[in-house]
Amino acid sequence: MALIGPAFGSFALLAALGVVLGRHAAGRWLVYGGSLLACLLLLATGIGALDAPPETLVLPVGLPWTGAHLRLDPLSGAFLALIGIGGAGASLFAVGYGRDEHAPQRVLPFYPAFLAGMTLVVLADDAFSFLFAWELMSLASWALVMADHRPDATARAGYVYLLMATFSGMTLLLAFGLLAGTGGGYAFAQMRAAQPAPFIAGLAFALALIGTGAKAGLVPLQVWLPLAHPAAPSHVSALMSGVMTKVAIYGFLRIVLDLLGAAAWWQAVVVLALGGITAVFGVLQAVMERDLKRLLACSTIENVGIVFVAIGLAMAFRANGIAGGAALALTAALFHCLNHTLFKSLLFQVSGAVLVATGTRDLERLGGLIHRLPVTAIAALVGCAAIAALPPLNGFASEWLIFQAVLLRPDLPQWGLKLMLPVDGALLALAAALAAACFVRAYGIVFLGRPRSEAAAVAQEVDPVSRAAMLIFAALCALAGLFPGVVIDALAPVVQPFAGGRMPVQLGEDWLTVVPVDAARGTYNGLLVGVFILGSAALAAAAVHRLGSRAVRRGPAWDCGFPDPRPITQYGGDSFAQPLRRVFGSVVFQTQEQVDMPRPGEMRAAAIVKSIRDPVWDLLYVPLGGFVARLSDRMNGLQFLTIRRYLGFVFAMLIVLLLALTVTQ
Amino acid sequence: MNGIALAGAGWGGQGLLAALLIQAGQMALVLLAAPLLVGIVRKAKARLQRRRGASVLQPYRDLRRLLGKEVVLAENASWLFRTAPYAIFAATWVAAALVPTFATGLIFSWTGDLIVITALLGGARFALALAGMDIGTSFGGLGASREVMIASLAEPAMLMLVFCVAIVAGSTQLSSVAAYMLTQPVGLRVSLALALVALCIVAVAENGRVPVDNPATHLELTMVHEAMVLEYSGRHLAMIELASALKLLLFASLIGCLFFPFGLAHAGSAWTGYLLAIGLWCGKLLVMAGLLGTLELSIAKMRVFRVPNFLGAAFMFGLLGVLLLFVSRGM
Repeated sequence: MALIGPAFGSFALLAALGVVLGRHAAGRWLVYGGSLLACLLLLATGIGALDAPPETLVLPVGLPWTGAHLRLDPLSGAFLALIGIGGAGASLFAVGYGRDEHAPQRVLPFYPAFLAGMTLVVLADDAFSFLFAWELMSLASWALVMADHRPDATARAGYVYLLMATFSGMTLLLAFGLLAGTGGGYAFAQMRAAQPAPFIAGLAFALALIGTGAKAGLVPLQVWLPLAHPAAPSHVSALMSGVMTKVAIYGFLRIVLDLLGAAAWWQAVVVLALGGITAVFGVLQAVMERDLKRLLACSTIENVGIVFVAIGLAMAFRANGIAGGAALALTAALFHCLNHTLFKSLLFQVSGAVLVATGTRDLERLGGLIHRLPVTAIAALVGCAAIAALPPLNGFASEWLIFQAVLLRPDLPQWGLKLMLPVDGALLALAAALAAACFVRAYGIVFLGRPRSEAAAVAQEVDPVSRAAMLIFAALCALAGLFPGVVIDALAPVVQPFAGGRMPVQLGEDWLTVVPVDAARGTYNGLLVGVFILGSAALAAAAVHRLGSRAVRRGPAWDCGFPDPRPITQYGGDSFAQPLRRVFGSVVFQTQEQVDMPRPGEMRAAAIVKSIRDPVWDLLYVPLGGFVARLSDRMNGLQFLTIRRYLGFVFAMLIVLLLALTVTQ
Repeated sequence: MNGIALAGAGWGGQGLLAALLIQAGQMALVLLAAPLLVGIVRKAKARLQRRRGASVLQPYRDLRRLLGKEVVLAENASWLFRTAPYAIFAATWVAAALVPTFATGLIFSWTGDLIVITALLGGARFALALAGMDIGTSFGGLGASREVMIASLAEPAMLMLVFCVAIVAGSTQLSSVAAYMLTQPVGLRVSLALALVALCIVAVAENGRVPVDNPATHLELTMVHEAMVLEYSGRHLAMIELASALKLLLFASLIGCLFFPFGLAHAGSAWTGYLLAIGLWCGKLLVMAGLLGTLELSIAKMRVFRVPNFLGAAFMFGLLGVLLLFVSRGM
């Protein structure tokens, strides 16, 4: 806890510096360099807190009768470390990347404030501080989304984001109000001790799920995410996708697992259902997206869904008193949070590098960058393979744990869970396969093939600092995949109080094998799989070069004898996604394709017109917006009444409230 | 109880060396036998068409010829195009090494389970699809795009049937599953029957056989696998051909050890037991090669947008099997 003060102090100082020095190059170095150091402090504090007893701190600010409570326990520590890693990566990348920002004075002051807001959320130990920090996080990130305010899309993104953030804050306010009860115990310690009635607890759970789910990107509250995340500068997108969604997940864990205590099994069913739908919906959107950063944002929705499925599994096991299963599922959820922070930070950095190098994020204008950006291409390949859950990288390790948790107990007593678990397993399997397809497409279109525009053909590799940031994150993805046992063991004290147990100690296993429950049920050894793959690839290459011919000749592409020199003849993002759009999109998104064929003699080109409808937007937000508009039209008349009428309304309201009071008391 | 102790428990006095020998022998055996299996399938198809057909050793000759040829690379091929064949081969070989062909309780079987095998095959496909897009030709992109569409259904279907057998056997570890199927009175179960059907459909799709894809054609607009490897030549093509032969052998062995595990040797069997097991394994492969040849000749290739229905059926079979098991473990 001792390092928290300096970290906050430096964030405040850096924000002030950002205001003063916003337009100078020195400001960039100071703000991002300082944020990098502060984030490393957070990382150290977080890791230190993982297996330390909780520490608390009361500050004389905030509500007069409560004060501001801060608490650092292992759960806060885990997420603090996550903010530290993600923040450090984004800051390091931004030291180089920030050079290309159009209006640094619109980014620099808010960047440290955003980091401070997220840090305060995970440390808050009373409702007031939590909500204050939550809103600070929302507003600072909103300001960052609006940094490049000229495009119309940004204005719309900012508007939708602000609406959803307000909605999320309001629902959390209500949830905390219910938890505090009539006594007004707004400190988390009081809420933990209180035993709310089942109905109140259920209501608080639903409100918390909506409030935190809106921030994390749970379907159907995810609509703002593909708009807002890409609109921000790339290092901020990395923070929003990689870290802020995790802070929202922290909020959910804190309220539901910690403050509410024992959950009913139906709550697990709700979380499992929403998580599974979110995972598949997000990845289906991602696979059809043609804007690189929007694609990454949609894939964030998918990963949030996967984490919620794991949390739902943990809740289901906990409700049935299966400590080992709950520990496995919760560890998997936290591990996947870490993994997603690593690879999504990396991939957003890559998208920033691509944006700097080519000036575009449109897949149809990229291509062939593996020749122009060799280092970025290697880092991107690691990131894409990790997020596609390929062994031996980190994405696979956590998804493997989640699959193990799904398979662990087919004999749960509740029918809701009996039916939900296999369906969720199927949805997760579908999401994993689609994610692989999505990132084959993303990498193949952006980095492979021939350049689809002049800008892509002459792209230049980005600056060394940005390259270093990407390579570090690629290495972290590989390390977390090769040594998952280290992470699992570090998470054990975090999981222990909520699951009532822990996973077996991993570091004692021979060869660092991961054993989720016991060795007979299934084991995985990322390190050995990696060594075997590398070893057999090297062996094969050596043998082939020794026994066979080593000659290589360069020639024109074969392409069945009819190579066409125009890059337009290769597959593009839309054409690559066409089979998937046709198979999956026609059900979920009502995608339609129409060939617009000119009649003989017409000079215009033929075209394919495709339409994709977002069911969430069509079914939920459009009717809702229409309802609000109609209602406000009706209410408009109330603005032009006489004072007599207004007094009449006040009097009637008073009577209604008094009546309500007499009835309830 | 840790992984090695468990795997090594049955080895007793035989010691580590024997266990390593068995593992290495199995890895070498699958590598050597894979082209032969392809040759046998081709021969079976030829005989059924009343042709004489090429010798069953022809795939070996093809590989040798390819290895001796120079590689012709397209002008804009990147390093990814040149490394992908080795990565594809390595991932497939490691996956094949994890499947018990003739003996369970292999010393490295705890390295990965059935989910890992599925993911390794997914990794090989990831590399192949990327390699197909590297040159930037229309055929490469077409093949890659169709391949990921097929994989997006075949992989979940595979995972669902993995779940099915894993729940029945209480383990995702392939050696444990095979041992369970061998020793416990599993009996006839609806869920396992569904899983078997699903596995057969997935195996046909994953290996690009008729009715999903046709390995014999080269210039047809419905092709998938052949379109991706169109730009490959020489030793690179040899690696990819060998990897696809390995994949065929892997699926045949997988069907054998999951659903017809009789005759599998286990840790501590006598050497005669191993010989018998190898013989039985060869017999199983022969039967499956014959069946595959018959299947390929008796149906026509389907349109590419019929394939999702075909694989969707496998996915639903798998899901149904898992649902049945969640409802009642006796199903």
